[in-house]
Amino acid sequence: MLRLAKTFVHSHALAEEIVQDTWVGALRGIDRFEGRSSLRTWLLAILVNRARTTGVREARSVPVADTEPAVDASRFNSAGAWAAPPEQWVEDIEDRLGAAQLGGLIRSTLEQMPERQRAVVMLRDVDGLQSDEVCQVLDLTAANERVLLHRGRSRLRQALEDTVGGVEHRVP
Amino acid sequence: MFRKRQPELACQEVVELISDYLEDALPANDRRRLEQHLAGCPHCTAYLAQMRETLRVAGRLTPEDLSPEMAEEFSEIFRRWTGERD
Repeated sequence: MLRLAKTFVHSHALAEEIVQDTWVGALRGIDRFEGRSSLRTWLLAILVNRARTTGVREARSVPVADTEPAVDASRFNSAGAWAAPPEQWVEDIEDRLGAAQLGGLIRSTLEQMPERQRAVVMLRDVDGLQSDEVCQVLDLTAANERVLLHRGRSRLRQALEDTVGGVEHRVP
Repeated sequence: MFRKRQPELACQEVVELISDYLEDALPANDRRRLEQHLAGCPHCTAYLAQMRETLRVAGRLTPEDLSPEMAEEFSEIFRRWTGERD
């Protein structure tokens, strides 16, 4: 919860306040919990609402539209075929990077993402919520959720590739 | 009558569809075109494997935000609360 709160506000203290506020809000509103969503989804939705009203005034309108490509255009030829194809690193990634280093890399890449992209990737791919639950929690349409998820996943893959292989393809 | 043949997907288009493919959110027609492309393109197949590996690694992060203790604490409060209402 703290991690999700921190995707909305920069200050750790403020994030803690939001989490605390969520618990209080959840307890007060428990009568309204109708069991239509999981308790967890309901709780996270409260947290997002609290975070939005508490600290996101500065990021009120974050556009979903994002033209950043999944893979840099310089790696394709004019016909759109790979000019600098991905190297094979899936099999030996664990040998080349330890679990702790891999975890740290994912974490730091998540930290660099725009707020909503990070929230979507975290809920869907780290916490394992279903995509419709992610939409409920973050109040997103399915199409927007998928765009944000796609961008976020592409960044994570690129971060792994930059670290384990294909470093020479990196665009300065 | 024959169906108009759609042009083959380029690798650059494939990488933009991979996430929707993994989410099972592609229309049947696009899914078929993507799978046809993958069948003949080792580079895009490698890309798909990398994306799957990325998701596997991301899914292994420990969720520190909603720890088991915290979840348990909340269920306990919830149980007590509903118990009192009955």
